[in-house]
Amino acid sequence: MPDTYEVPTPEAGEGREGDRDIVDRLRARDEDAFVALLDRHSPAMLRLASVHLPRASAEEVVQDTWLAVLEGIRRFEGRSSLKTWIFSILVNHTRTRAQREGRTLPFSALVNPPEDAAEPSVDPSRFLGADHPQWPRHWATPPKSWGASPEEWLLTRESQARVQQAIDALPPGQRQVITLCDVEGWEPEEVCRLIGVTRTNQRVLLHRARSKVRRALEQYFEEA
Amino acid sequence: MASYPEMPCQELVELLTDYLEGALSQVDRERFEEHLKSCRHCRTYLEQMRQTIRALGRLPEASIPEKAKAELLEAFRNWNKGKGA
Repeated sequence: MPDTYEVPTPEAGEGREGDRDIVDRLRARDEDAFVALLDRHSPAMLRLASVHLPRASAEEVVQDTWLAVLEGIRRFEGRSSLKTWIFSILVNHTRTRAQREGRTLPFSALVNPPEDAAEPSVDPSRFLGADHPQWPRHWATPPKSWGASPEEWLLTRESQARVQQAIDALPPGQRQVITLCDVEGWEPEEVCRLIGVTRTNQRVLLHRARSKVRRALEQYFEEA
Repeated sequence: MASYPEMPCQELVELLTDYLEGALSQVDRERFEEHLKSCRHCRTYLEQMRQTIRALGRLPEASIPEKAKAELLEAFRNWNKGKGA
């Protein structure tokens, strides 16, 4: 017996209790439960698989993953969360498929940022030099505000397309982390567990990724 | 605060995610916040990072094709045949 109980999560269907309920319903042939599960996880699965694969292959991998989930669900024992279990199947399928297509290295080789590759968040030329007598390393070319209603501007289709392009242009490790953390809203711990990075590296990758997306939006704002 | 060196803008932009995730040391968090009070450019930068994060969270959902979904539902129905729990 565990000596502590997990704090129930507020979101319906999340957490171990929710997992058991879903698994029971699947085993009891509840089609609605299956559709709900598909709808809940497929978007993030597709985005994650797309980091390493072209869209059509990514879609197939998501589909194959669900088939594997059905095959394995009877043996699912709840040692990890259902979500973690499903996504680890996805990661395996994606890796196999990517190797078969000759595309990429295994995930873990991609996600740990090389220590020596410093990537400044902002172009160093936008700051005054370290030898500036009064304002060393302060803004020389500061960011300009994104207008009176940036929230509205950021929701336009064009802005969203720019954000997506900026994500697509990221190196795979950064792209995985920003996709799971910021696009899909996962907890950092979940992301670290799935893709096998430390919390520190997760923050480094996330920071680099966010900085580039911000820069892309800034460029877009300045063009307009 | 006087005992710690001031945080220049160029350092602040590198520490932003650590700040937002509560991962800065107490000293660095104080230096960070102290700098923000007096630097509107960095306040703008921080605000843009927050706006960027919100924009990322509002991207349209990726969705698998209806055909794939229909096939999976079909697989679920067949999977169930004769071997339910």
